[in-house]
Amino acid sequence: MSPNEPPITPELVAEHGLKPDEYRRILDLIGRAPTLTELGIFSAMWNEHCSYKSSRVHLRGLPTKAPWVIQGPGENAGVIDIGGGLAVVFKMESHNHPSYIEPYQGAATGVGGILRDVFTMGARPIACLNALSFGDPAHPKTRHLVSGVVAGIGGYGNSFGVPTVGGQVRFHSRYNGNILVNAMAVGLAETDKIFYAAASGVGMPIVYLGSKTGRDGIHGASMASAEFGEGAEEKRPTVQVGDPFSEKLLLEACLEIMAKGCVIAIQDMGAAGLTSSATEMGAKGDLGVTLDLDKVPTRETGMTAYEMMLSESQERMLMVLKPEKEAEAEAIFRKWGLDFAVVGETTATKRFIVRHGGKVMADLPIKELGSEAPVYQRPFVETPKQPAVDAASVKPPMSVADALQKLIATPDLSSKRWVWEQYDHIIGGNTVQRPGGDAAMVRVLDGPKGLALTADVTPRYCEADPFEGGKQAVAEAWRNLTAVGAKPLALTDNLNFGNPEKPEIMGQFVGCVRGIAEACQALDFPVVSGNVSLYNETQGRGILPTPTIGGVGLLEDFTKSATLAFKAQGEAILLIGGAPSWLGQSLYLRDICGREAGAPPPVDLAAERRHGDFVRGLIASGAATAVHDLSDGGLLVALAEMAMASGIGAELETPAKALPHAFWFGEDQGRYVVTVKASDAAAMLEKAAKAAVPAQRLGRTAGDALILPPERPILIATLVNRFEGWLPGYMAGSAA
Amino acid sequence: MKSAVVVFPGINRERDMARTLRLVSGREPAMLWHADTALPAGTDLVVIPGGFSYGDYLRCGAIAARSPIMPAIHDFAAKGGLVLGVCNGFQILCEAALLPGVLMRNQNLRFICRDVFLRVERSDTPFTRGYNAGQVIRVPVAHGEGNYIADSETIAKLEGEGRVLFRYASPDGLVDPNWNHNGAINGIAGILNERGNVLGMMPHPENHVEGAIGSTAGRGLFAGLVEHLARAA
Repeated sequence: MSPNEPPITPELVAEHGLKPDEYRRILDLIGRAPTLTELGIFSAMWNEHCSYKSSRVHLRGLPTKAPWVIQGPGENAGVIDIGGGLAVVFKMESHNHPSYIEPYQGAATGVGGILRDVFTMGARPIACLNALSFGDPAHPKTRHLVSGVVAGIGGYGNSFGVPTVGGQVRFHSRYNGNILVNAMAVGLAETDKIFYAAASGVGMPIVYLGSKTGRDGIHGASMASAEFGEGAEEKRPTVQVGDPFSEKLLLEACLEIMAKGCVIAIQDMGAAGLTSSATEMGAKGDLGVTLDLDKVPTRETGMTAYEMMLSESQERMLMVLKPEKEAEAEAIFRKWGLDFAVVGETTATKRFIVRHGGKVMADLPIKELGSEAPVYQRPFVETPKQPAVDAASVKPPMSVADALQKLIATPDLSSKRWVWEQYDHIIGGNTVQRPGGDAAMVRVLDGPKGLALTADVTPRYCEADPFEGGKQAVAEAWRNLTAVGAKPLALTDNLNFGNPEKPEIMGQFVGCVRGIAEACQALDFPVVSGNVSLYNETQGRGILPTPTIGGVGLLEDFTKSATLAFKAQGEAILLIGGAPSWLGQSLYLRDICGREAGAPPPVDLAAERRHGDFVRGLIASGAATAVHDLSDGGLLVALAEMAMASGIGAELETPAKALPHAFWFGEDQGRYVVTVKASDAAAMLEKAAKAAVPAQRLGRTAGDALILPPERPILIATLVNRFEGWLPGYMAGSAA
Repeated sequence: MKSAVVVFPGINRERDMARTLRLVSGREPAMLWHADTALPAGTDLVVIPGGFSYGDYLRCGAIAARSPIMPAIHDFAAKGGLVLGVCNGFQILCEAALLPGVLMRNQNLRFICRDVFLRVERSDTPFTRGYNAGQVIRVPVAHGEGNYIADSETIAKLEGEGRVLFRYASPDGLVDPNWNHNGAINGIAGILNERGNVLGMMPHPENHVEGAIGSTAGRGLFAGLVEHLARAA
């Protein structure tokens, strides 16, 4: 076996990212030295990215079930039932390392990969979101990375033809050497036409679909499982190149063969390409797989078995075909101008056999490739708790009005219009709420159902207290869905952390996952899919722990949703949830006082649920005319956003007993601003009291300025200029 | 109205366009594939929707303009049939020489998706009879290459013959560089051919036909076509 392949040396094992004890495990498993192709297969399957070896034991604690969950984690994407025979299929995934090395292609192929995860299950993608974390704006590479990543996301999604409707963009020096690009895709399918990866039946043809295989992306998944040192840029050849045109054709061709009943099982070729797709289909179906690499369509001649098994060329799928449908399926793929090749078959042996040039290049036990991957109980230390910041001890360095004007022009709070205008966010003709609100909303088919979509996390909270930060990320996603009137149904989590071999980092991971689990449980908001990205470190410094939560909620009638813009003059402005006062880890403390300090705001999940359910009720009844949740920047920033979105101002009053800076900029959780008709206000306050929901009147909408005595009035137009000005100015080259 | 929507590989707004045609005309359009060579009998409107035909890896629309379905569209236009090209469709019509000029990269070299204001220059055409001359409509754009240009003689001719149907403008209808997102010469957003039966435009009226989804400002274009064809019949 394995002619022309070099013998396996310890150096070769190390180059494949396998530890000596992991290699011993391979020897024990197969009872001989592996061939080079086999070593490559093991390295692809056993790296962190594919095997979840550090995270697996902790992920088991996440709630994944609810009556409306059709498919939880473990498939290409999660699936939930939205009634009427329809299902929503969604997932979020990171493409962090590739995007740092080659921002345009890294981000583009991140979008392509997540779209394939969704349509491989039989769903037509109807929306994308993304959460982006960049380094300090003053860092010399940041502008280049922002420009490339945004263009790459737009370049792929716009051409593929899916609206990119929402997300987050943040800046922090801890992402200087390791940006985060988390992409989420959402698709729509019929509940009885969901496709899975598990093969069934012996002797069934395995078909290769899509683009040809080239030498790009070899060992991409292994790269994503290691820290960056100096010279990360030299890893550019491991980044794949995206072709959204082929992906669009692949989408249409796949949906067509699915509709025609040709498909037994289907799996996209993502990380670790042909290796992971073939083994997954076999292992899940309790079957063996034999591949004949001579039949694989290749872009270049002379590719070895090793290269073909590890290539991460994009826009490819593997399918188990109903044999009687072969001619029909092939005709459909030919019509779309795509490759279609029978490259193997299912067997009863549970062996994964790879042939090339008439020789057997790999012969491995298929189930053990996945199930026997190492699982680590990595040691961890809990992040020490930080003391709460006493708001009274924080001296305001400037007036409330000045602080507001400064905050809304900071990198994190300023408008991200420059970003989302580069994404086609209206294609499909179903975008009800465009980017810039609490959650995006897309109509389902011709309505009346609507889906609310959001991506959230507050990494500085997670850094200060992983458990509370994990809770907060889930609560904020739930709150954003609620703020547009939707019932939150389920989420996908994209867990971005540093090197798990460091106990402190592992402690962050464990803390965040526990917090996420607790919030999911309390809010009936299960995890149905996700992705773990570890080793986000450069030269030994980890990123802020960033567990991005992608939330999906449902409105039975999308026309009964709320937006954050004030609607009319003279309406009553109510604060739901109680007076804010928490300055620890707030943007006010960081960007106005220059301190990143203290415990983050705690999340009272019972109150969160009670307040949210109350607000959702106000929206459903039609009483709420505008709704916005409180998050980064606090109450006054929320009010400013409502004013800027409408051009309508507000007359506000600081409560007598409150500390003004803590009241207006505290980031306490579980709070909303709601406007109602002036004549409804008293009744609403009474209703809130009956529901045990704290509510108070803040003032009324009026004029074209924010009036907050004793501060001088702030014109909305001035705020808009500052809010809209920072990012375009920065990208045009002015100083950070 | 018997309309046909042409689908080249990589076109991606065909579903938006088909839904709008169905919504406004009450009739399902025929969907044509790029490899087809004839239009369905009785077609009275051909629409080339937006997208990235053949990936637009060459100059936008250049490959589509040479695809098997195009001779049938040339014949149809030569006989006076109505042809509407939106976004990539406009680029394809220019590449096919059914319309003059070319669409260059947006002035800021970035893809732009936003609502823009268009001034409707004339109401006496089959495409704009649903509007008043001078009316301002708000419709979305979503393109990276919408910066219209032609040689000065052609521009003078287009202007002189009243063939500019839509111009980027301020909400008050003033042509102003601050309200021209892509840098198109004279704010040109949509033009007619000499005979007046072929319209190419960059904005997407088909995405603004429902009040609950944006606005209904784009509806007039399709409603006007329906009315025109009903009267002609």
